[in-house]
Amino acid sequence: MLAYFVKRLGLAVIIVSVAMLMLFCMIYAIPGDPAAVALGPRATDAMREALRIKMGLDQPIWVQFWNFFTGAWTGDLGREVLSDRPVLGVVLEQLPFTLALIAGGIIWSVALGIPLGCFAAIRRGSLADRIVGILSVAVIAVPSFVIAIYALLIFAVQLRWLPAIGAGEPGDLGDQLFHLILPSLAVGLGWVGYIARMVRASMLEVLEASHIRTARAFGLPDRQITYRYALTIAVLPTVTLLGVGIGQMLSSAVFAEIVFARPGVGKLVYDAILTRNFPLVTGTVLVTTVLFVMLNLVADLIVGALDPRVRSSF
Amino acid sequence: MTVLSISNLNVVFSTEDGPLHALKDVSFDVPANRIVGIVGESGCGKSTLINAILGLLADNGHIDGGAIRFEGDTDLTTLGPDAMRDLRGPRIATVFQDPMGALNPVLSVGAQMVNIQYRSGRSKAEKRARAVEMLEQVRIPDAAAAIKRYPHEFSGGMKQRIAIAMALMMEPALLIADEPTTALDATLEVATIEMLKDLQQKIGCSILFISHHLGVIAELCDDVVVMYAGEVVERGTTRAIFNDPRHPYTARLLECDPARQTERTRNLPTIPGEIPDLRARPPGCIFANRCHRREDVCARPPPDIQIGGGHAARCHLADMPEMEVAP
Amino acid sequence: MSEAVSDPQAAKPPSDAWRAVRRLLREPLGVLGLTLVLLMVGGAIFADLLTSWDPTRINPRDRFLGPGAEHLLGTDQLGRDLFARVLHGGRVALSVALIATGISLVIGIMLGLIAGYGPRWLDNLMILLFDSVKSFPTVMLALALVTLFGPSLTSVVIVVVLVTVPGYARIIRTQTIALKNSEYVTAARSMGASPARILRVHILPNVIGPLVILASMDIPVVIGIEAGMSFLGLGVRPPTPSWGSILNDGFTSIRDTPWIAVAGGIPIILVTLGFTFLGETLRDVFDPRLKAR
Repeated sequence: MLAYFVKRLGLAVIIVSVAMLMLFCMIYAIPGDPAAVALGPRATDAMREALRIKMGLDQPIWVQFWNFFTGAWTGDLGREVLSDRPVLGVVLEQLPFTLALIAGGIIWSVALGIPLGCFAAIRRGSLADRIVGILSVAVIAVPSFVIAIYALLIFAVQLRWLPAIGAGEPGDLGDQLFHLILPSLAVGLGWVGYIARMVRASMLEVLEASHIRTARAFGLPDRQITYRYALTIAVLPTVTLLGVGIGQMLSSAVFAEIVFARPGVGKLVYDAILTRNFPLVTGTVLVTTVLFVMLNLVADLIVGALDPRVRSSF
Repeated sequence: MTVLSISNLNVVFSTEDGPLHALKDVSFDVPANRIVGIVGESGCGKSTLINAILGLLADNGHIDGGAIRFEGDTDLTTLGPDAMRDLRGPRIATVFQDPMGALNPVLSVGAQMVNIQYRSGRSKAEKRARAVEMLEQVRIPDAAAAIKRYPHEFSGGMKQRIAIAMALMMEPALLIADEPTTALDATLEVATIEMLKDLQQKIGCSILFISHHLGVIAELCDDVVVMYAGEVVERGTTRAIFNDPRHPYTARLLECDPARQTERTRNLPTIPGEIPDLRARPPGCIFANRCHRREDVCARPPPDIQIGGGHAARCHLADMPEMEVAP
Repeated sequence: MSEAVSDPQAAKPPSDAWRAVRRLLREPLGVLGLTLVLLMVGGAIFADLLTSWDPTRINPRDRFLGPGAEHLLGTDQLGRDLFARVLHGGRVALSVALIATGISLVIGIMLGLIAGYGPRWLDNLMILLFDSVKSFPTVMLALALVTLFGPSLTSVVIVVVLVTVPGYARIIRTQTIALKNSEYVTAARSMGASPARILRVHILPNVIGPLVILASMDIPVVIGIEAGMSFLGLGVRPPTPSWGSILNDGFTSIRDTPWIAVAGGIPIILVTLGFTFLGETLRDVFDPRLKAR
């Protein structure tokens, strides 16, 4: 287990490093002098030169990369232009909102997707199975921001059941959860489809397995066979799927934050682009990428912890 | 007293190309305290027979006439799913072929053995103690610790012994063993067979033992049922079947058994030809197209000819023993 | 010369293709998908015939008109006819989808062949690069690239290419490695065929079919990326109509004039559903093995 963990962690570190290199190349390729952009048109040459030295732009490229690289690994992502605060602090301040949104999306997708997939597998070939199948494909296909806008239009604007804007009163957990319902549904709805399809497929596969035949031959009740003997195995791939899915949910979360005017890293990076606050853009992209790679790693490890076959093979 | 009595059982599967007659007029008995072996090539209907007895036929299959009487008058073909489920496990237990996949991979062996006792009314501690006791009987070392482990932590032979322990834990009247030793190597096979025989005597149950391994059948079984293409072509005591086969298929099957080869040959003999399409059964003898003794009469359905002592063969020529063909 | 080569090949597939089409038409979902796709593609191609309104013409007096006989889907905040904008937005969406997917396929095939047929270190390096690109969440990648190139259709195409190429290249790589060691490729190599010829004659024709089906199934994703970036104001520049920018216009005034958002969202829903239903059915009809993906 430990060796596997170290190997996976090593690969994750390499991938993040390569991603950093790509990001650095991109920053370097941005047309125009970052110092000039940051200071605006009314700055003097002397001011620009001072900022260039402060930002390390007078150094050779490989020194710049090394500074960026070591800085990034030690959590120094530079300072954002507008308020001169450390980028990492600003991003981490917004991150919990986005994580809450993604967690909400996961809860929606698991809470709806697993029962639907299981139901479809048990009623294989029935009309209900076909309807679940078509709905799954449909929610996967439609882009999440369209779902977000329509959810906003229907449930918040027209029906007025749920709030349209913001993350709720700070400190009031109930209000915050209430504000989370609609945006997290928009984030998770597509994944309801993925999970339902996957649970259905793996459930059908498991139900064919010979140990299920054994369980039947011992006269165990159907409910116990379905839920305790088959579903526990059929849901295992869900965790891996969600690990991959978190990256896409992060993308959906960016849209959901903009549509529902919620704080979060998506809103942060979007506003940063509109104000050309580049250090903040790269910093946010880097933090979310590290987060994404880490969550993938965690998902793999959870699968390992859940499945006794995998658990002891390391 | 017979534990299981199957008479004129027919099973039909509906397929895209029409009905498939998988079992045709299958009849035989499993007497109390005896081990009955079923032999036949793959595709002869052994699995269908097991599933029909267990009431676990696939959705597209159904019993099309006949009776499966269990412990007297209970006809399993008319039993509802709940009543059938109550028999599976406590009264009719099964050991399947594949020891690797027969146990649930994410539940511990103990949990699975406790679960199948759910109707026993015992306390959890008692169920657990019973599981440990059974594992000891099948000689799993350190049984008390073994029940906490997961199936993949055991070897193939141990898994099969655990499966046997699970099957015999409820002291069933009938144990169906579906090629339980095929996946094991020869040494393990002998040990498992002997253990099975011991346990059968201790518990006093009957065993329906399915195998294509004639040596194992001869070693273990009291009676033998020979199946071909969904029909019982011959049945009788092990001695009668092996010493005096009356159906040409049985005779050829015995000739082809590698263990019975007296001369060293490069190629194992096989029976030429293939099993006929079961969607279009021939009107006459099912084996006629591969039979070396075929005559005109074989185009008509053959009767079950009684030879005596429970020995019967479904062949027009069963009364006329095969002449030695001059080389 | 190319005709002489392609003719005998062309003579055989039609019966297969025809059978596939007939099986497709037997599937209700496939027919629904095909209808939706034809509807949306037809609307985009014949946009000028279907409406006389100019999608970019501003009419301050006709602002925020609701749907009616004059303006089928109403007008937006600048008085532009939404039906015309939806039809012309379809042109943008579909041409971006075609161009970007085409470029992705070409690049993906080339990189995949190189990774699969090239030396081991190159293969490992490219896999690492693919994994690294994929480790950026799509939207973050898009946002980062827009800061580099500025909002434009080109940025949209680049994002699509970056997002989809690793997947295509991986498939091609896996298939190439499998084929590389097959007997007939070994035979061809032993008879002195150059790597380029082996790739072109023996490997490419075998890997391209499944890939094209997979790529066509990515079309809804690509349309989603274009619409999403345009919605954020990072894709198509105004006044060019795009479903995403219509949706953005509608979102701004969603409380008072919801029909604008509806007009922008419906075509996105219809076209993604259409392509997805069609793609799923085609895949099942042509190559059930791909279902595992």
